[in-house]
Amino acid sequence: MSLIFPKSTDKFLRIGVGVLALLVAGGVGLLGYLLHPEVAKTGYTPKQPIDYSHKLHAGNLGMDCLYCHSTVDKAGFAAIPATEVCMNCHERIKPQSPEIVKIRESYATGKPIEWVKVHRLPDYVYFNHQAHVTAGVSCVSCHGRVDQMIEVRQVQPLTMTWCLDCHRNPAPNVRPAELVTKLSWKPDRDPAEIGREIIAAKNIAPPVNCSGCHR
Amino acid sequence: MADVAIEPQHDPVNPPLVLGNPTYGDVTNTVSDIVERKTPKKWFIAFGISASLTLLLGAMLGYLVLNGIGVWGNNSPVGWAWDITNFVFWIGIGHAGTLISAILFLFRQKWRTSINRAAEAMTLFAVACAGIFPLFHVGRPWRAYWLFPVPNPELSMWQNFRSPLLWDVFAVSTYATVSALFWYVGLVPDLATIRDRAAARGDKIRKYVFGVLSLGWRGSAKHWKHYEMAYLILAGLSTPLVLSVHTIVSFDFAVSIIPGWHTTIFPPYFVAGAIFSGFAMVMTLMIIARWALNLEHLVTMKHLENMNKVMLATGLIVGYAYATEMFIAWYGGNPYERFAFANRALGPYAWAYWTMVSCNVLVPQLFWFKKLRTNIPVMFVCSLLINVGMWFERFVIIVTSLHRDFLPSSWGYFRPTIVDILTFVGSFGLFLTLFLLFVRFLPMIAISEVKGVMATSKGSAAAH
Repeated sequence: MSLIFPKSTDKFLRIGVGVLALLVAGGVGLLGYLLHPEVAKTGYTPKQPIDYSHKLHAGNLGMDCLYCHSTVDKAGFAAIPATEVCMNCHERIKPQSPEIVKIRESYATGKPIEWVKVHRLPDYVYFNHQAHVTAGVSCVSCHGRVDQMIEVRQVQPLTMTWCLDCHRNPAPNVRPAELVTKLSWKPDRDPAEIGREIIAAKNIAPPVNCSGCHR
Repeated sequence: MADVAIEPQHDPVNPPLVLGNPTYGDVTNTVSDIVERKTPKKWFIAFGISASLTLLLGAMLGYLVLNGIGVWGNNSPVGWAWDITNFVFWIGIGHAGTLISAILFLFRQKWRTSINRAAEAMTLFAVACAGIFPLFHVGRPWRAYWLFPVPNPELSMWQNFRSPLLWDVFAVSTYATVSALFWYVGLVPDLATIRDRAAARGDKIRKYVFGVLSLGWRGSAKHWKHYEMAYLILAGLSTPLVLSVHTIVSFDFAVSIIPGWHTTIFPPYFVAGAIFSGFAMVMTLMIIARWALNLEHLVTMKHLENMNKVMLATGLIVGYAYATEMFIAWYGGNPYERFAFANRALGPYAWAYWTMVSCNVLVPQLFWFKKLRTNIPVMFVCSLLINVGMWFERFVIIVTSLHRDFLPSSWGYFRPTIVDILTFVGSFGLFLTLFLLFVRFLPMIAISEVKGVMATSKGSAAAH
């Protein structure tokens, strides 16, 4: 019987398999890069209903984070400030600015401003702000230098890996509790050393078992 | 290959495995013709129905992915229900193929040759159906690769190697891989037969497609030598898998501490049940296939009767396991265990328990009688009932053990949703679609192996 395929088929087949293997490896590598949490999950900057600048308020004016986000050291949930909190100052400051007019409308009608949540965790993860803040984990550890951001963006991947990295080795991210909102704080010695002292003093033991967070 | 006329054999103990004195050429023609003839109308009708059901399965799974697994009826306390029942059911079905192709091969059971190809194909398709259920039960199937120990930048932790659920991932994926290899290696000489016939007829497409698939098989003595060694090695690799896969599936339950699950009898009991249900499914399909494709002289009454005997034996093992479970629950004296089993037989799911006992213990008793085990309508109905019973066995084990929690305040009653039911129906669609495609496009009987057990080749048959 005559040959169905010419003899050179074997050569092409071998080259083809090699090329295919390279393409698959390249594809997996590219996908792995694009889907890597550092790449895929950071940089989320939603458009907010009001052009509010964290840089102006928390940075230039030096307002403390706790002035607006007043529950972070007292409750599991970090509160978004009510319109009334804005009005404490904006009753008198720049009342005619078009952005402030929106706040005044909200204040007059009682209809809350629909801020867009930036840092979202899955609903099967239990996260308690108070526990972290009172232990001495600074805002900056998870949210970055919000005092330098005009629009708030996500700077950390918020993956389980990222949570566990700190739960397994919390010392570099623990500071005296009164300094948690001082985003620009620079210690004069190794922060991990300070962290270790505080951890020992407060007996901090972050959970690394499943039910610590998946309750 | 020369056409040799065969003397009829009159041996009442070992009747011939191929009837009607066909020549080698006749066997090749009969089996190849199924693939080569014009697609019959009844195939299109069957395919239309099964493909529609497959689309239904796709729709149900899509609906589930969009809405979450709350669309199934599983909820506390019955966290595993139809999904895991269906998984164990389909995995069990798959066991007959490997048993026939590997264990019966090593034991030199020549009657396997006419049914092994179809049974192995059935195994692969059943494993594919089985895989769907745990894959979608995890809720986020696109994350299913988290089950494998590969570098994972999201997780920063290893899988729990002490969990039988992880062993299951390895057991089932190994089983699927080895079964697929075994099936394909066995196909190579027959694929080459189809290729050569297509080349002789000038059928270009089939010549090239089967030319690639048959991997350059020329049928030289050297090829046969390597082929038979490879086949033997794969049979040796598959044999422990027949026992290990369902053993590990049973560990999903036995390793937990739920009364009704926590029993050491589970591994042998599950393996016997798997072979029982697998043979029943092979029986159902082969009865239809031999009738629809006129293969009565290749898949003979002897084959069917032997399968019925296997079902009788494994059915007795399963019945014995049911009795042992009950006895140990009483004899062990653990009040929770006693309650679980009394509740199984007399509680709200008693209807399911007694359906299971009737189908799995009473029905196969008919096969004690030669008249009944050689009667095609009887064995067809029995094979269907046995599969109903084996589905209910898994349902009873899973749901009745879970619906009575340790806390009476958490007691519940599982009811399937319409999505549960249609997903299960759809999985039959997928199974039948794949099987119909197999029958249409690949030689469903191992041509070269059947020739090895024909009367004229008695002396050389031992080589196969």
